[in-house]
Amino acid sequence: MNELLFEIVNTTISIETVINKVLRRDSGAITTFIGTVREFTNGKKTLYLEYQSYETMAIKMFNQIRNEINTKWPDAKIAITHRIGRLEITDLAVVIAVSSPHRKAAYEANKYAIERIKQIVPIWKKEVWEDGTMWIGDQIEINPYLDGRNEGEDTN
Amino acid sequence: MITILLFANLQEEIGTNQLNINLDNKELNVLHIKEWLKKTYHLQSLNQVMIAINECYATDDVVVSDGDTIAFIPPVSGG
Repeated sequence: MNELLFEIVNTTISIETVINKVLRRDSGAITTFIGTVREFTNGKKTLYLEYQSYETMAIKMFNQIRNEINTKWPDAKIAITHRIGRLEITDLAVVIAVSSPHRKAAYEANKYAIERIKQIVPIWKKEVWEDGTMWIGDQIEINPYLDGRNEGEDTN
Repeated sequence: MITILLFANLQEEIGTNQLNINLDNKELNVLHIKEWLKKTYHLQSLNQVMIAINECYATDDVVVSDGDTIAFIPPVSGG
């Protein structure tokens, strides 16, 4: 099996393609998380987003997340595709699919994956507004980059 | 020589995505490199910036070696 479970692309993400990477005969549940580009954040209107990645390291970090998930939910299988470049409002930025024999692990592992992506995967987004731009950083803690214990919440 | 990779706001502030610097046999750790970059490019703060050496996160005390790729990772915001 040579399909890539973790990809960074610069064109539209096919949700079905990501789902099919985790579909197997012993799966009884597949959960998907789809991150989309939001128009308003705290009342401020976003025109579009620019995503950038440190691609080779990002793929490594996706693999690290997979390993962490395999420790916590041994039966779960995960695939992630993240888009970079210019994304318009409502575009899909990330699709995460997790399959498992029963639904609980699929839900939990999927949530874990998106939280970890926001902590350790070197991908950045720039908000472009009518009156300016800003690279958004979610992290205020340094520890989450180095270990898996912090599972802080954020609003993004 | 070491390669420094810059991303996001740091890339825009410094005006390039890559710098190459010679170590000249000096022993430098991650903190030294951060201080050098901050001073050279008059950056306000690197407090929240993590460093990855050859694609692995590294703490301030790790000594860099010739040939290393040092990436400055501003707070990430994927997803």
